[in-house]
Amino acid sequence: MSTLARLRRWIGKHLVLGLGLLVLVYTFVPIAVVVLMSFNNNSKSKNVYKFQDFTWNNWLHPFKPGGMKDSVILSIEIALLATLVATILGTLAAFALSRHKFVGRRAANLIIFLPMASPEIVMGSSLLALFVSRGFGGQLGFVTILIAHVMFCLSFVIVTVKARLSGLDDNLEQAAMDLYANEVQTFWRVTFPLVLPGIIGAALLSFSLSFDDFIITNLNAGQEVTFPMFVYGANQRGVPMQVNVIGTAMFVIAIAIVLGNEIFRRRQEKALAA
Amino acid sequence: MSQLHESTTTDRSASGSRDLRLSGLTKEYAAFTAVKSLDLVVPQGSFFALLGPSGCGKTTTLRMVAGLETPTSGTIHLGDTEITYAKPYKRPVNTVFQNYALFPHLNISKNVAFGLERRGVKNVGQQVADMLELVELTSQAHKKPAQMSGGQQQRVALARALINQPEVLLLDEPLGALDLKLRRGMQLELKRIQTEVGLTFVHVTHDQEEAMTMADTIAVMNQGVIEQMGAPNDLYENPTTTFVANFLGQSNLIEAEIQGREGGQVKVRVQGAVASIPAERAHSESGKGWLGIRPEKVLIAEAGQPIDAPGDVITGGFITDVSFVGVSTQYMVKMPWGQELMVFEQNTGARRMLPVGTKVDVSWRPEYAFLLDASQDAKAGIEED
Amino acid sequence: MTSTAGIAPANPHDTAAPAPRGRKLTGYWLILPAALWLGVFFVIPFYSLVSSSLFDPNGSVLTGYDMTWHFANYFDAINDYKAQLWRSIWYAGIATLACLVIGYVLAYAIAFKAGRWKNLMLVLVIAPFFTSFLLRTLSWKLILADDGWVVGFAQTIHLTNLLNFIGLTGTDDRLLATPFAVIAGLTYNFLPFMVLPLYASLEKIDVRLIEASSDLYASPIRGFFKVTFPLSLPGVVAGTLLTFIPAAGDYINATLLGNTNTKMVGNVIQSLFTTQGDYAAAGALSVTLMAIIVGLVLVYVRTSGTEDLV
Ligand SMILES: Nc1ncnc2c1ncn2[C@@H]1O[C@H](COP(=O)(O)OP(=O)(O)OP(=O)(O)O)[C@@H](O)[C@H]1O
Ligand SMILES: [Mg+2]
Repeated sequence: MSTLARLRRWIGKHLVLGLGLLVLVYTFVPIAVVVLMSFNNNSKSKNVYKFQDFTWNNWLHPFKPGGMKDSVILSIEIALLATLVATILGTLAAFALSRHKFVGRRAANLIIFLPMASPEIVMGSSLLALFVSRGFGGQLGFVTILIAHVMFCLSFVIVTVKARLSGLDDNLEQAAMDLYANEVQTFWRVTFPLVLPGIIGAALLSFSLSFDDFIITNLNAGQEVTFPMFVYGANQRGVPMQVNVIGTAMFVIAIAIVLGNEIFRRRQEKALAA
Repeated sequence: MSQLHESTTTDRSASGSRDLRLSGLTKEYAAFTAVKSLDLVVPQGSFFALLGPSGCGKTTTLRMVAGLETPTSGTIHLGDTEITYAKPYKRPVNTVFQNYALFPHLNISKNVAFGLERRGVKNVGQQVADMLELVELTSQAHKKPAQMSGGQQQRVALARALINQPEVLLLDEPLGALDLKLRRGMQLELKRIQTEVGLTFVHVTHDQEEAMTMADTIAVMNQGVIEQMGAPNDLYENPTTTFVANFLGQSNLIEAEIQGREGGQVKVRVQGAVASIPAERAHSESGKGWLGIRPEKVLIAEAGQPIDAPGDVITGGFITDVSFVGVSTQYMVKMPWGQELMVFEQNTGARRMLPVGTKVDVSWRPEYAFLLDASQDAKAGIEED
Repeated sequence: MTSTAGIAPANPHDTAAPAPRGRKLTGYWLILPAALWLGVFFVIPFYSLVSSSLFDPNGSVLTGYDMTWHFANYFDAINDYKAQLWRSIWYAGIATLACLVIGYVLAYAIAFKAGRWKNLMLVLVIAPFFTSFLLRTLSWKLILADDGWVVGFAQTIHLTNLLNFIGLTGTDDRLLATPFAVIAGLTYNFLPFMVLPLYASLEKIDVRLIEASSDLYASPIRGFFKVTFPLSLPGVVAGTLLTFIPAAGDYINATLLGNTNTKMVGNVIQSLFTTQGDYAAAGALSVTLMAIIVGLVLVYVRTSGTEDLV
């Protein structure tokens, strides 16, 4: 009787956590499939998305499918450039919004919020409408993709950096000034290092948003093919299994960065505390 | 005006004294005046406490001295040098912030070295080590601020400011966040360090006990103005306003009719009896006034028993409340005119504790009484618990 | 050496504390590049979209379009594609509800039950973002494949019959290429957008309140609905909006996991733009979608009483 009651208590206590973990597992099932399929040999029937035979070949020759290498390179180029531009412009704007009072701040905040709350299809088609109406309809390509990507990354950068800035104690900057640091030194010695983690986070977010975008890109890419466009296009003919190699590699690299960072931080703390 | 800034750190002794002087200093925020035409001299090398209730303008005053806030009007001088509008990083003044404001991304020795490095001092290692030794944190030099206790952080903040050998060190309630025991320890330590380094300390606090034990001079501030300034015991023994009388310790203020001066004494009529007050303690000369007497100066005895006091005995009181606090007993005595007086008596054991309801007489030595202007609010400065 | 006591300095730039005048302009300069970018490439395009939705529908990309205030485009577009519009709202609505239930469990577990694993679990919530959205969606093709064990299991427990009964699958015992698959894909893909805001608002709740509620109310479930859930309402509103809006505009799930009868409005807009070149109809449809979303959001935010959210 009492064991039963104890069992019920234990379940009651851990039920929610167990269910939560189950949800997490669910979110990782498709990723496991991506990893699995990166070892799939689908030479028997290319049109069936199904595990057939094990092979290392996809990993040995990741860029064998025609056009895939170019699409990956294009996506990386775009993502790097868009990240750079969006991070710089967004960081400046975040400083303006959290450190300076000026007329039109509320309007600015609204305009920054809206891209995050608009469906991609609407943003993508508006941008296309603009390009076409200004006569750039025939010149869609690298530049228009870049413009679009910077546009949708900006809001995320601004919001991320602003959150970091608003968590910053202004006393710190005043303390720096009190300790003989002029405005420029105060910025580089105190403000910037403290905001940097936010800026790095924003940059990583921008990179992954840009690398992964399909809907907006597809409308404004002209003849260019980014990696997501390659995958989408290949879906109609039969997806080459190498796309899963790229997917797995991206995932592993990103996780390595995040975990490495966390481990480094913890080690440092431990070493210092000892 | 620009050559003033250069000279601030160099000609320290050239013109003799480097007192901090605030004249007519005023700070207005939109519709609200936080500091009203403040005049203040802090002698070089003294431990000066700025004491006052929350919101009275202490922090604002300090921030103007540090250069973190621009005064609306008035001037700030350090010796002969005007620093009213100098940038914070051009003043030989450093601050220990209320919440410490340690740089979280720098370790303790980097935090302490910050000021010296910004001024281009090379090889700061030895100075940092010495300073950490002074505040007894040598073993913690490589920790980050977040890994330290409140008391340790407070000492880092102090070291970080002191290492620059500022002419004036501003401390904004640096002990506010500490528990009582640590607080008492740090008070002694701060005082020791101040004596050791001989710098001018301006210490803001709303803890009167802290101000009294540490400071050479206390300025009591209220609603943006300085009510009274002086040595701790002068302020306590001879307050000039009802605010100071109530804020610094406790006082009984009894309505009195001033009759006039007789030699070195001012005679007053208090509820039928006549009392005299030394002229230097009488801050009003005619009309009505408040006769003030500290509770521990009031002597008490059962009705009809002798009281060891040369002045008039006031009869007809009875005890309404008794609280025993170990070293002393605190009585509330209801007087015939309806007022309750506080009476603190040392538990010397000479007499038993008097129970509630006992009929008593009270008296005091005339030299301890003081006389205040009747136009002031008798309840000013009483802190509500 | 003497100064004019009591008089403000002649030169305000000499002042110590943040001088208001110079800094006001700095704010404008700092925000200008980002504001221009968003103005030119986000705000103005809306105008272009609205005006292209009023073009003469007889133009083409080659001959150019004439602005004719052709409001009939809207009636035509809505008439022709009302099925897809309706489907988008409907699918996105179910997916959002599913996300809310699943996401609430996860967010609650992280906020109150995860202990020292909190940070790790949060990282795991966003980790799926690190693999391509398209690849993860493709994976569901394999998971829901006709001869896979998911379908087998669903048949065993007669889930397929139930889904067929409520109209989310066909009669052929398949899961792939059905509305169910599309909704499942949407639910999966937008789940983190639900979990993060939910977590953010749950985390702010004082745990003692929840403990107190378990004393006050008879069952923990009643306590949850009386205390925890109302307090997490801002997160619920933010999460549902952040899930519903992108889901309603999505067409990748409908393309990869659905069939020709599961096309959503996103499919139509993109094919009108890219393959048919019918900018007028595409523009009208896009504006209509946006209008519907804004309308729903306003109604929703009104009724849930969290107007200060945005
Ligand atoms: N930026 C500001 N704008 C408007 N009013 C202000 C501003 N800063 C301070 N004040 C007001 O000025 C008054 C004095 O503030 P100050 O911070 O100097 O008080 P304080 O004596 O340090 O109090 P505490 O003991 O609580 O720290 C307060 O009433 C405060 O509300
Ligand atoms: Mg203060």
